[in-house]
Amino acid sequence: MSILTDPRWSEALGHLSDYLGNHVRVSVTALALGLVISLPLAIAARNRPLARGVLLGLASIVQTVPGLALLALFYPLLLALASLTLGWFGFGFSAFGFLPAVLALALYSMLPVLRNTITGLNGVDPALVEAAQGVGMTPRQSLFSVELPLALPVIMAGIRTSAVWVIGTATLSTPIGQTSLGNYIFAGLQTQNWVFVLFGCFASAALALAVDQLLALIENGLRHQSRARTLIGGVGIAALVAATLVPAMARSPSSYIIGAKTFTEQYVLSALVAERLQASGLSASSREGLGSSVIFDALATGDIDVYVDYSGTLWANQFHHTDIRPREELLAELKTLLAKQNITLFGELGFENAYALVMPKARAEQLGIRSIADLAARASTLSIAGDYEFFSRPEWAGLQKAYGLSFRTQRQMQPDFMYAAVASGEVDVIAGYTSDGLIKKYDLIVLDDPRHAIPPYDAIVLLAPKRAGDEPLQAALRPLLGKISIDTMREANLRASGNDASSSPAGVARWLWQQIEHSSKR
Amino acid sequence: MPATPMIAYAHVVKSFDGGAERVVAVDDVSLEVAEGEFLAIVGGSGSGKTTLLRLANRLIDVDRGSVTVEGEDVLAADPVKLRRRIGYVFQNGGLFPHMSVAANIGITPKLLGTPSDKITARVDELLELVQLDRTRHRDRLPGELSGGQRQRVGVARALAARPRIVLMDEPFGALDPLTRDALGDDYRALHKKLGLTTVMITHDMTEAILLADRIAVMRTGRLLAQGTPAELSESSDTYVMELLRTPRRQAERLGALLPRDSAA
Repeated sequence: MSILTDPRWSEALGHLSDYLGNHVRVSVTALALGLVISLPLAIAARNRPLARGVLLGLASIVQTVPGLALLALFYPLLLALASLTLGWFGFGFSAFGFLPAVLALALYSMLPVLRNTITGLNGVDPALVEAAQGVGMTPRQSLFSVELPLALPVIMAGIRTSAVWVIGTATLSTPIGQTSLGNYIFAGLQTQNWVFVLFGCFASAALALAVDQLLALIENGLRHQSRARTLIGGVGIAALVAATLVPAMARSPSSYIIGAKTFTEQYVLSALVAERLQASGLSASSREGLGSSVIFDALATGDIDVYVDYSGTLWANQFHHTDIRPREELLAELKTLLAKQNITLFGELGFENAYALVMPKARAEQLGIRSIADLAARASTLSIAGDYEFFSRPEWAGLQKAYGLSFRTQRQMQPDFMYAAVASGEVDVIAGYTSDGLIKKYDLIVLDDPRHAIPPYDAIVLLAPKRAGDEPLQAALRPLLGKISIDTMREANLRASGNDASSSPAGVARWLWQQIEHSSKR
Repeated sequence: MPATPMIAYAHVVKSFDGGAERVVAVDDVSLEVAEGEFLAIVGGSGSGKTTLLRLANRLIDVDRGSVTVEGEDVLAADPVKLRRRIGYVFQNGGLFPHMSVAANIGITPKLLGTPSDKITARVDELLELVQLDRTRHRDRLPGELSGGQRQRVGVARALAARPRIVLMDEPFGALDPLTRDALGDDYRALHKKLGLTTVMITHDMTEAILLADRIAVMRTGRLLAQGTPAELSESSDTYVMELLRTPRRQAERLGALLPRDSAA
């Protein structure tokens, strides 16, 4: 099949108005906010060396924080703020999605604007500033009719730089719940859908270029006092914003929002849930690629309605328990804990997605390793790789303690590449996930955990407080409970990691539902 | 009773922060400029002549002593209003490069809230006054003009709001000798015609003698001498004598080299 006739292009195109619209809204708002804050700050600080130093220093520090981290930091910050305003003034606000993304991106946009505005204004010939004073201008008149116009090219260069940065960085607002062109990239990376990744990259690059050129037009118009050019540029940007607002207004608000974290299985399961809701005549949309800690809070505050989490994850991350309980006991305890926050633990799907130590079957047999206890004896000569969070998780501490594990080296890897790495022998052992389809694909083996150091990770369906008594929703989801076996899920995940048209989350979700129906009839 | 001087400096002191120590730029200077007078302040760089000029329209404020303009202490005046009623010609023109010739000339009337049709008429009048072609020059940017044309625009801008006083900071210093001579003569004629009071800074004694009614000589912040060229020539001060030596020698040489009846 030719790359151009790949149906995933049209699937990608179908999301474009939603993703692009959100992307434009969040980046233009952030840019506008950034300008409104940084232009006056730069003007006020330009003749004050101390203030100037502090301001530029702070902006530089912000810039050194990786974009993803900055965005992620704003979420808990706003969450705390929202609970404060709720306590003090009786109103709260959603710390999810748009607001944290706008604030973080606005902060991110400030450095080039600050630096260029200060540099531009300080670069104006002092003789001309004096001439402005001499002909009888007030400081304000001198600023607006002499200094700013003369510094304009440098200031606009800063604004254009920050516009390009913001539009690029806005792709990272997907994990905090703001839909953006990053949805293509995150989903594409997770499900190995390179069409999506490419589409997302090209779309955001094209948007950045378009905005940059419109700003160039405005700059050109201002510099040559050509109202026409300024107007065309301004109208262009306004049209861009308007065009993205129209479909958003026309779209009916969907009644149910399904959350998904940033890995393949989550994309498939959220597609499955969406498909089930639609089959029951309910409208549903999904918020995908959400960070692990963001998604739970989003459910608790009602920004999303339903998502699938894992018992062990909640136990350790959300409730900070370090002890390990038997499966049933943990689930019961969890249910009580969740109920305190009015969250419904609706039920288990039937499989576990636990962390597990995984290695190639052949290699394990050759070394005579069947369990983690066997592995511990040889670990000092072996290397291990895990995802970005594994080595800081209590499971890892528990494993080390229970088995006295100590590896020669440990590395962090993108989960999708981990399996290929262990299959090719680049690393000896990986901390994988039991439901991962790649275990099957690469003929890997999950090592036994005889000392039960790894807590159970049952996949569970959680419902937002406001959905506690929602019978239509619950009726639509009930057929899924207990029906997805570990083998089925592995197979589904393997299918979803394929690189063809039927491997889209929606396609795999349909396959999964067929399996569920099939097993129910049997 | 003598008429009130247009500008009067009385025991004026001004010093600046010069890094390690304070630099006294103007040191106890008293000087009066009568109405309708053309005064040239002559001195080398660092003599304090530019500082003295700027004290008059409050681009700089005095440390001690007083400056009065038309009998009013400048420190009591609103600096912005004061500057709008005093014309100022800057070294190298000081024209705003992003504004057209017409916008540059009309800037002070515009700041004063003059209606735009009146400004347009005034700009045309001024272009004629400084002998620039209206249609060819009014919409140009300063960068497209020659040095002499720029300085003519600078003079026109200074005159736009019909000031009674014009301050000039080495206005013709950067021009070639021919342009400089022509512009000097033209300005002198305007000064007379409009009844202006002019204070011009220059480091060139010849120019000062040729244009000004009276000359003040400054050195290291102090006023060494003041008077008409004839009065100055009787000064016993060595620096003043030194300054006068060059024009004298030039005049003698020119007289010897160019016979009077060369037109024969």
